Amino acid sequence: MSNNIKYLEQKSLEYRKTTLEIIYNSGAGHTGGSLSCLDILNVLYNNILGITPENFSSSNRNQYIHSKGHSVEALYTVLCDKGFFSKSDLDTLNNFNSHFIGHPTRKIKGIEHNTGALGHGLSVAVGMAISKKINGSDKFVYALLGDGELSEGSVWEACTSASKYKLDNLVVIIDRNKLQITGKTEDVNPIEPLDKKFESFGFEVNIINGNKIEEILQSLELIPFKKNKPNVIIANTTKGCGVSFIENQVSWHHKVPSEGEYKIAMEELNKRLK
Amino acid sequence: MTDIGKPNLEIFAETLLNQAKQNKDIIAVTSDSRGSGKLVTFGNELPDQIIEVGIAEQNLVGLSAGLAAGGKIIFAVSPASFLTARSFEQIKNDVSYSDHPVTLVGISAGISYGQLGSTHHSLHDFAALRAINNISIVAPADNFEAAEVIKKAVSYEKPLYIRYGKKPMMNLPRKNSNFEISKASIIREGKDLTLVATGETVQRAYLASLILQDKGIDVEVISMHTIKPFDNEALINSINKTKALISIEEHSVYGGLGECCSSIISQGEFNTKFKIIGIPDEYMINGTQADVLDHYGMSPEKIADTSVALLA
Ligand SMILES: Cc1ncc(C[n+]2csc(CCOP(=O)(O)OP(=O)(O)O)c2C)c(N)n1
Ligand SMILES: [Mg+2]
Repeated sequence: MSNNIKYLEQKSLEYRKTTLEIIYNSGAGHTGGSLSCLDILNVLYNNILGITPENFSSSNRNQYIHSKGHSVEALYTVLCDKGFFSKSDLDTLNNFNSHFIGHPTRKIKGIEHNTGALGHGLSVAVGMAISKKINGSDKFVYALLGDGELSEGSVWEACTSASKYKLDNLVVIIDRNKLQITGKTEDVNPIEPLDKKFESFGFEVNIINGNKIEEILQSLELIPFKKNKPNVIIANTTKGCGVSFIENQVSWHHKVPSEGEYKIAMEELNKRLK
Repeated sequence: MTDIGKPNLEIFAETLLNQAKQNKDIIAVTSDSRGSGKLVTFGNELPDQIIEVGIAEQNLVGLSAGLAAGGKIIFAVSPASFLTARSFEQIKNDVSYSDHPVTLVGISAGISYGQLGSTHHSLHDFAALRAINNISIVAPADNFEAAEVIKKAVSYEKPLYIRYGKKPMMNLPRKNSNFEISKASIIREGKDLTLVATGETVQRAYLASLILQDKGIDVEVISMHTIKPFDNEALINSINKTKALISIEEHSVYGGLGECCSSIISQGEFNTKFKIIGIPDEYMINGTQADVLDHYGMSPEKIADTSVALLA
């Protein structure tokens, strides 16, 4: 295994610790969905996007939209590590008058778009990708969506535009953890066969394990998958990934660990840290 | 004196379950909102009377209109923010304009979601829905009103929007134990000042009236639970006997309770001192519901201070 992959795997463990810490300390957060998408954010921000505090105000760079805005604690964790703001700023999360709230807002440096109402991010990403084409930019737009979020009709409206405008500079990543608030996505409102849906909307589809650094990296390095076609990565993930008692539990969608649970979770993560 | 009840949202769910057990035509429709709407028990006990559409609020409302057209008694339950913004056109065309008597239940309304931020707040719902013909708007203050409005909704023949918060609410005193949509509840009578409020802010108005009572100011408190059709008469009767009026709402100062009052006062040429308290038109400060309401002048103490200043 390459040094880079080992390095990122260790980072993922640290990120999980920070995410749990800020949720625990602030008393609120979307634990399950944050842990399921952390490995994807890790690879994006450390190896793919090249978005830094220095180039953030530049108009010709890659862009990332966190459409499943409720998993904001994962995004805060990674942006903090990349130097967009200090840990002490992040520690004001959920405090009165803090800009660090339970969904991403552009009041925080590093955040591209205000999200939180599901099903908005992809249309905005499509607009950004068209804009890049018009400007002759060779940069990409990435958007992360939840699988429950895919029930919003607006997602599929955005898909039709993406394929009409041949947006091979658009990368849609689905956090396919198979759970939403009420239960399993396939019980609440079935979305399979998901790959065939995206194919029929004109996308080039890649299916990966979204909690395996190596697979995420390989897939993202292949972008654009095919000229003139929008890209979608269906990332099969485990909601709550990394902490055994949180994994795959519908109740952990926005549950906050108790003191005892927090200790056990941290011990479990510390054991795997080298 | 402070008789704390349950969250109005829980009362909604309990009442709906009781009604639905007696009436098989009642159907709850949810959009991954069963847990937030306290309808897990409903779903377990009456699985044939609940329809789940997933995270798709537009579909939720359109489909509800269709179910109502098929003769069912429909309660469409989703967070107030998404229900009244995302599905606005379905509410306007498929429910109100097409006249299908759906009851839209907006849960965790106002700033109940606190630090989840503006995407989750509904400070626009009164204003938006007031501008739509053929829909009534109710925001119950306490457990009594929360339960009564659901019982009325079952046989209400028009589109109806009900807004619920999720914090436990005081059981308020009231002059009359009748509840009618469109008839304000007089919480207490007074002759110096009228405090008119709606939804979860009525409790704050009532607590302010107790502070003012100690200062020798005799306050009338009105729960204007129905924002449309508005009970003009209750407001006019009150301002005819008091010297000043303050409206208090967990909503934008634009288009809500305050502007309902303002329109009545100015068009009727009433001569009363008047102040609107609500959420100003600014990037809203972050905090819990209680902290934000306090910040914008809706703590009982601040309401009392504003009252004293207005009467001076
Ligand atoms: C328009 C809209 N409707 C409802 C919600 C409430 N909500 C927040 S998270 C969530 C479930 C999301 O499930 P999924 O997209 O699968 O995310 P994940 O499993 O990754 O947490 C819901 C319904 C919302 N934020 N926006
Ligand atoms: Mg999911």
